[in-house]
Amino acid sequence: MDVLLLSRIQFAFTVAFHYLYPPLSIGLGVCLVIMEGLWLKTGNPVYHQMARFWTRVFALTFAIGVATGIVMEFEFGTNWATYSRFVGDVFGSALAAEGIFAFFLESGFLAILLFGWDKVGRKLHYFATWMVCLGAHFSAIWIVVANSWMQTPAGYQLETTAYGPRAVITDFWAMVFNPSSMDRLFHVLCGAWQAGAFLVVSVSAYYLLRRRHTAFAQASMKVGLGVALVASLLQLVSGHSSAGVVARHQPAKLAAFEGLYETRTNAPLVLAGWVDEANEEVRFNLEIPGLLSWLVHGDVAAPVKGLREFAPEDRPPVNLTFQLYHLMVGIGFGLIAVAGLGSYACWRGRLFDRRGLLWVLVFAVLGPQVANQAGWFATEIGRQPWIVYGLLRTSDGLSATVTAEMVLTSLILFTVLYALLFAVFVYLLNDKIQHGPDAADLEPRGKLAIPGRS
Amino acid sequence: MSYPAWLDLNAVWFVLVGVLFTGYALLDGFDLGVGALHLFTRTDEHRRLMLNAIGPVWDGNEVWLVTGGGALFAAFPVVYATVFSGFYLAFVLLLVALIFRAVAIEFRSKQPMRWWRQMWDVGFAGGSLLSSFLIGVTMGNIAWGVPIDERGEFAGSFLGLLHPYALLLGVTTVALFLMHGAIYVVLKTEGDLQRIARAWINRTIIFFIICYAVTTMATLLYVPHMAERVRTHPWLFSVALVNMLAIANIPREIHHGRDFRAFLSSCVAMIALMTLFGLEMFPNLVLSRPEVANSLTAYNAASSPKTLGIMLTIALIGVPIVLAYTASIYWIFRGKVKLDKMSY
Ligand code: HDD
Ligand code: HEM
Ligand code: HEM
Repeated sequence: MDVLLLSRIQFAFTVAFHYLYPPLSIGLGVCLVIMEGLWLKTGNPVYHQMARFWTRVFALTFAIGVATGIVMEFEFGTNWATYSRFVGDVFGSALAAEGIFAFFLESGFLAILLFGWDKVGRKLHYFATWMVCLGAHFSAIWIVVANSWMQTPAGYQLETTAYGPRAVITDFWAMVFNPSSMDRLFHVLCGAWQAGAFLVVSVSAYYLLRRRHTAFAQASMKVGLGVALVASLLQLVSGHSSAGVVARHQPAKLAAFEGLYETRTNAPLVLAGWVDEANEEVRFNLEIPGLLSWLVHGDVAAPVKGLREFAPEDRPPVNLTFQLYHLMVGIGFGLIAVAGLGSYACWRGRLFDRRGLLWVLVFAVLGPQVANQAGWFATEIGRQPWIVYGLLRTSDGLSATVTAEMVLTSLILFTVLYALLFAVFVYLLNDKIQHGPDAADLEPRGKLAIPGRS
Repeated sequence: MSYPAWLDLNAVWFVLVGVLFTGYALLDGFDLGVGALHLFTRTDEHRRLMLNAIGPVWDGNEVWLVTGGGALFAAFPVVYATVFSGFYLAFVLLLVALIFRAVAIEFRSKQPMRWWRQMWDVGFAGGSLLSSFLIGVTMGNIAWGVPIDERGEFAGSFLGLLHPYALLLGVTTVALFLMHGAIYVVLKTEGDLQRIARAWINRTIIFFIICYAVTTMATLLYVPHMAERVRTHPWLFSVALVNMLAIANIPREIHHGRDFRAFLSSCVAMIALMTLFGLEMFPNLVLSRPEVANSLTAYNAASSPKTLGIMLTIALIGVPIVLAYTASIYWIFRGKVKLDKMSY
């Protein structure tokens, strides 16, 4: 295997693994703010117990997010040195801002959140909860901005230096608000809220099935379902607008998402199918005529660009992109249905003894995770062969001094290490779930026990 | 926001990147040191106390490394790219060590079995030692100089990075962090463990002073360019003096039971060391050897003035906020550690 392939595998593997955790942190962060807010508002001790239990789960996802995130940051330099020289001027600043504004905020206040229950007053503790949640959101902002700039570059000019070509920033805000960043940010955040909320829902459903910690589980379930429903509905809206951006700025990717080879008006939306790349057609397809044109342009008669407009070496792998994209969208609709049904049953007061539905909710936690992964893979594979869209090819972004043996070594090390990390995560998560909420947490202690003082 | 033309943004960022890595050394330095000392305690309770002494803060300390790396990427992309790809295997090992250490902290106290705790204890101590050592080796190479070609690419090999001077700096860094960590343990504990840790301080200081003396001699003899500026500007010798006085002050403060002051002294010593390092390097970020002309400097390896300016604005807004709440968090968690339900 060559350096390019190995580096791609390593990057994809490490980033996909990293991306299992941040969405949980972001989503749980929102749930924590709601739970602790409810406690402060109502004084009901169950909410205090909830906040403490879910904080412990949050700490776990956060720790693994940090450990795997450091690898990501090093990897730009270790494996994609040429690319780093090319983009450093433009979005190095986004990464630095991420460190200064997001990671410090999150890790600092997490200490108060976790270890400060008995040391600080209610207001300060709640403030810390907000800051942790905000910090998690900030880290998503900067990394998504950086990645979006690679998808739809803006606010830069090209320059040649002694060390090769580079992009130089001309307009900071045009870089930050590049054509795809806000849509994608919103979409990523919705996916993260779904991930966190469905984890809460899943664990609560499990307790209800086992008839353990019932009061705790019912209250958690309501918070979880509420966030899950809102996030799932918003996800549809934002996914639609993301698709519009892709159509305008990365037409080859959109064509791959939809398996569209020929530029045509009245383009159909393919619900499912198999792309036969050799014959350039979609087989076993199930489609709605005209809907794609309408979704993209609001007009059935408008043309949508097909893949044949692009030279073969400028096309992404089509079938893989197509399937991953459809997997994500399919799960998106599925999650809306699950969250809707659950909320309805909950609202009618029937959820807690509908075992079938509860089992579905237990497994629904996998939905957002799979969709998040599929979404990223579709996005990143769909922009190939470019690492910076239209400017730098992935194969030109590699480190010149790194050999295949080195990457193979590191890939093996990371694989072993991540297997270990994953074992730790599953073990500790299971441990926390089996242990359950602490009865002692029903009574706030220390300064927190004093209402209304900070 | 635009900055006046006389402001040398490249130099400013040279200093700021240095400040971030110094912050990292001061903060993660003590928890790497605590990790490396971990196996020197015998009882389980002592080990747990040590872990919990760094419990609320080690994660935040590591963020200094992340931010330092991010700032290096943004301000000096060429350096970031060349060093990270050139030191590939060394940095991968560093990552492995840092992660392994984090896992060990989370994992060790979850099961009571002896073999289980023993295994993670070794992992924790090993990971901490290896990280400290590799950080030192990296510094050693940067000071010694590495082969760089005219396109700014690293032209050496992994084994070439392991020359005696670099290894010496690796050991010195371990010694420094051990000393720093021992003082931190004394600061955060009481009773038996504190007594044990006091004995460590004496030994680690001796170890460090020996390493430091050898390094200084080796530098004067074999790496004269790292002493050039002090030689030509004798008043800079005061920085070296501050460093030596600060180190000498540590046993004195410990002797008088002023542990916090001892910790501050150790911090001052580290700041002085990093200042000297930076003074001698400037404007080089990576010295090229043997082709000195290919060195990467704060001027030829930097981002555009516009980016440096934007980042300075970000830093001016962000850094004071960060410092303010980092300080408040250390304040909230001041005092001795106690084991409770939330402990590791
Ligand atoms: C819980 C996760 C999740 C769910 C349910 C969905 N998505 Fe998604 N999607 C993501 C998680 C995600 C993501 C991981 O966040 C991606 C990958 C990269 C990105 O920016 O967002 C993404 C990317 C992404 C893109 C590509 C953006 C680009 O390449 O720039 C489009 C067009 C959509 N999504 C559209 C949808 C639609 C129409 C959905 C139907 C409801 C949908 N997504 C559900
Ligand atoms: C290649 C891409 C990425 C890089 C280089 C990267 C880098 C990092 C780094 C260095 C950390 C550790 C920070 C610390 O020490 O606290 C981290 C954690 C984090 N990252 Fe990533 N990241 C990437 C992708 C993402 C994405 C796509 C998101 C969200 C949409 C994200 C959100 C977070 C969050 C919330 C954390 C905090 C830790 C946690 O909550 O788990 N990251 N990332
Ligand atoms: C911001 C800087 C980023 C850079 C430089 C970058 C670069 C790359 C590169 C070089 C590849 C390999 C290309 C390939 O496999 O064909 C890749 C793949 C991938 N990246 Fe990104 N990426 C970035 C951000 C992210 C983020 C934030 C995520 C989400 C967490 C992400 C998710 C993925 C996934 C899932 C793949 C696999 C696709 C594949 O293997 O083809 N990337 N990325």
